[in-house]
Amino acid sequence: MKYRSVFDIIGPVMIGPSSSHTAGAARIGSAARSLFGRKPQRVTITLYGSFAKTYRGHGTDIAIVGGLLGFDTFDERIVQSLRIAHDEGVEVTFIESDETPDHPNTARLLLEDELGTAEVVGISIGGGKMEIVELNGFELRLSGAAPALLIMHHDRYGAIAKVATVLAENKINVGYMQVSRKERGTHQALMIIETDQSVDKKVQGEIEKLEDITSLTVLS
Amino acid sequence: MEFRTIAELVELAETKELPISEVMIQKEMIAFDRSREEVVNQMAGHLDVMEKAIERGLNEEGLKSPSGLSGGDAQKIRAHIKKGGTLLSGADVLDTVSRSMSVSEVNASMGTIIATPTAGACGILPGCVFTAAERLQADREAMVRALFVSGAMGYCIANNSFISGAAGGCQAEVGSATAMTAAAVVEMAGGTPAQSAQALAIALKNMLGLVCDPVAGLVEAPCVKRNAMGGAIAMVAADMAMAGIESVIPPDEVVGAMFRIGRDMPTSLKETALGGLAATPTGKRLEKRIFGRDA
Ligand code: SF4
Repeated sequence: MKYRSVFDIIGPVMIGPSSSHTAGAARIGSAARSLFGRKPQRVTITLYGSFAKTYRGHGTDIAIVGGLLGFDTFDERIVQSLRIAHDEGVEVTFIESDETPDHPNTARLLLEDELGTAEVVGISIGGGKMEIVELNGFELRLSGAAPALLIMHHDRYGAIAKVATVLAENKINVGYMQVSRKERGTHQALMIIETDQSVDKKVQGEIEKLEDITSLTVLS
Repeated sequence: MEFRTIAELVELAETKELPISEVMIQKEMIAFDRSREEVVNQMAGHLDVMEKAIERGLNEEGLKSPSGLSGGDAQKIRAHIKKGGTLLSGADVLDTVSRSMSVSEVNASMGTIIATPTAGACGILPGCVFTAAERLQADREAMVRALFVSGAMGYCIANNSFISGAAGGCQAEVGSATAMTAAAVVEMAGGTPAQSAQALAIALKNMLGLVCDPVAGLVEAPCVKRNAMGGAIAMVAADMAMAGIESVIPPDEVVGAMFRIGRDMPTSLKETALGGLAATPTGKRLEKRIFGRDA
């Protein structure tokens, strides 16, 4: 089921004018921000399909940047986000792509600072809902509706079981899980685990310490 | 409390002898482990946002969207009713229309609204619920319940078809909103769950095939006026269902038809501003004026 809650239908509370081009876009921005883990210094936003054609009128650009700054869909600061980003020293570049994407409302966000980069592709699927479909080259499906752990690990037997054990020991139930790898032989894979309970710092630490785990990101 | 289709929803309501709103409330409580109070209060908060949007659009002087394409028409309708001349469609219909337009105009001006199910179609449900409440002397609780009915119906549509113009054309957006709203006001008027479903089918049938062709890609023209007419259609469809009229094609099959029509619709008619009204000479001229280029 794509839509699970009555508030997916009656909601969100949002700044207009478009749920897919404004609210969904803001949510892609804020998911990218959490995946990056901090405020970026530079962001390059490539817009595809309907996003590329109509973003100015819908405020898609404003909304994505608002989300990147951590604003919610109903935060009136969204309207001023480009100026606020500028004031906070976040450098924003937009690229309109004429490539045909799989989904009409697609945005690719490259977030950078001196510590690192993250590349996130999000699609706005309607009614203000979005999905992250790519992270640093790994394909995935992430709605942001449930807390999620994103774990980079060596593509080796046992890695998944070890993480599952830590979660079980801490009474955390797994709602959904997927594993993504670019191609066999690159030895890196991404494990995405949506949990029913949120995962606190202590448990995160236990997972990070496991053998074969390279990094961990939490999306809550 | 699980349902996937409108038929399942109606059956659940009938066997449990509950209104659709109650089925939706309980489903939400179970699925997300939330208390009744939390769920109902969140929806009541949404109703407050809707009311503010209606008031703003009807009262704020000089309300215009940044592009200048929309704003002020809701107030024109109100002024027209006040003049007291003969109204061809009647004051009740026009009250709905003015409220639906009001919210839609506030949306276009980057104001705060509730997406129902999307921002493009945000005027229809509030316009009808607030007008129906006035007619029926319904209290706040009945209005909040109406939002749950509408959400239950939208949930079935969204999971079996689509609810955005980009995915399925305007039939999916304004069409879904109109259908959900018709079902909602039927419950407010004391209709049965089956009558709510019939109202949905009747309303949606009259929206099938509607393309998404916004001028300059902006949620303004024809969107504001489609919200106006969506409100009017929802109220009439609700009255038809209350009169005992049934749709020849059952509700879920109408939703299925909407899905297939949307799938077959060319991309130029799905919010890309490449076809329909957006591609008319005037549509293109406006686009150029607003963006200073051909988009
Ligand atoms: S024409 Fe398109 S943008 Fe306008 S209300 Fe309909 S679906 Fe939404």
